[in-house]
Amino acid sequence: MPVIHFQGRAFYQLADETVLECLLRQGESVACACRSGVCQTCLMRADSPDGLPAMAQQGLKEGQRLRGYFLPCICRGNDDLTIIESDRDNYCRVTVTSKSHLSPTVVRLQLQPQQEFPFRAGQFVRVRRPDGVERSYSLSSLPGDGPLELHVRQVPGGEMSGWIAGTLQVGDAVEISEACGECCYSADDRMQPLLLVATGTGLAPLLGVVRDALAQHHQGPIKLFHGAASQQDLYLLDELKALQARAANVDYFPCVSDGVSADGEFRQGRVGDVALNELPTLQGWRVYLSGNPAMVQEMKMKAYLAGASLQHIHADPFVSASRPM
Amino acid sequence: MNASLYNRIGGEAAVNAAVDIFYRKVLADNRINRFFTGVDMDGQAAKQKAFLKFAFGGPNNYTGLDMRKGHQHLVKQGLNDSHFDAVVENLATTLQELKVPAEMINEVAAIAESVRNDVLDR
Repeated sequence: MPVIHFQGRAFYQLADETVLECLLRQGESVACACRSGVCQTCLMRADSPDGLPAMAQQGLKEGQRLRGYFLPCICRGNDDLTIIESDRDNYCRVTVTSKSHLSPTVVRLQLQPQQEFPFRAGQFVRVRRPDGVERSYSLSSLPGDGPLELHVRQVPGGEMSGWIAGTLQVGDAVEISEACGECCYSADDRMQPLLLVATGTGLAPLLGVVRDALAQHHQGPIKLFHGAASQQDLYLLDELKALQARAANVDYFPCVSDGVSADGEFRQGRVGDVALNELPTLQGWRVYLSGNPAMVQEMKMKAYLAGASLQHIHADPFVSASRPM
Repeated sequence: MNASLYNRIGGEAAVNAAVDIFYRKVLADNRINRFFTGVDMDGQAAKQKAFLKFAFGGPNNYTGLDMRKGHQHLVKQGLNDSHFDAVVENLATTLQELKVPAEMINEVAAIAESVRNDVLDR
């Protein structure tokens, strides 16, 4: 009879019972919804992927599988398991080294980790302030290239973003979770064309991906579409134009959905529509999506229908589920 | 017979090649795509993959009961024979595109056919 170690207690799992059923039967409270391995609400992490049946990791990305993530609602026939609190146990103290406005509504935060902090460009972290409140933000910086960099959009009345803009000072320390997410550059095929579509501060992880691709000498075209409601909500315009001028394979498309562009500098329309209008077929492309959850969901479907392989569409489900944009 | 079909058709590699094309066809098919709206695409693709493995005669965990439970909510939304036919048709077209010989496509269709009554909950 397998034993499930969960939150400091041991639970005996009956034959043919799923891990989720086992925990619920014994009075544990576990958030779940579909109970059929689809919705990933109950996603948990074991301390090792050994002992997990392949079925229990269906639909998860390779990186998640390797790190022991699984779906307890379809996990049966497993060995003993030790469930760890996703990545919540691994926090790293960081010092704020710089804080500046990228636009009236976006703050750039630079953070120096006080210990070694492994991550891949494009991943996100949860920032935890001293009273325990947490929010997720994506990393736009490269490993081994100076401090960590986050873009924090000022959410009206936002608990965390308001605190970051107002109270947090250079020299202060906060904690960050280990880096998560699969929205990362893959050097498998340096000739592969890349499409990146972001709204708002969804730009941060995609900027990380572009920087990583260039650092790894990506040769294929890199098309970056950044959308916002109005001109003033776009940011890093000069930096991205400079990047485009510097790298022959990078094209940058700032898009505005509401305002009228006087000088033709901006594309008109919703960023996803503009991108698909520019690139109607995406067979063989790798696609990165970040930002507004509705845009991400819609574009994921449209990019797939336009020919991109599902394995080559990166849109981290946690990003859209938990991040206030 | 089934094990050998799985080998003849190309095993896991054939499943991987087919799933992307097949699921795209299903999502683009206006006769049936309403049954697939609002679901997690990665999770759904994993299910399609399990189905293809089954239909290719590969090792699988499918049971009639799973098929029944998994589709009951869709039957309530009107899932019927015409939709099942459309899925089988998309499967056949996928395999034609992958240059699978016609007699093998017939074998696959026959395996898919075997779960029709379970899927339609009758």
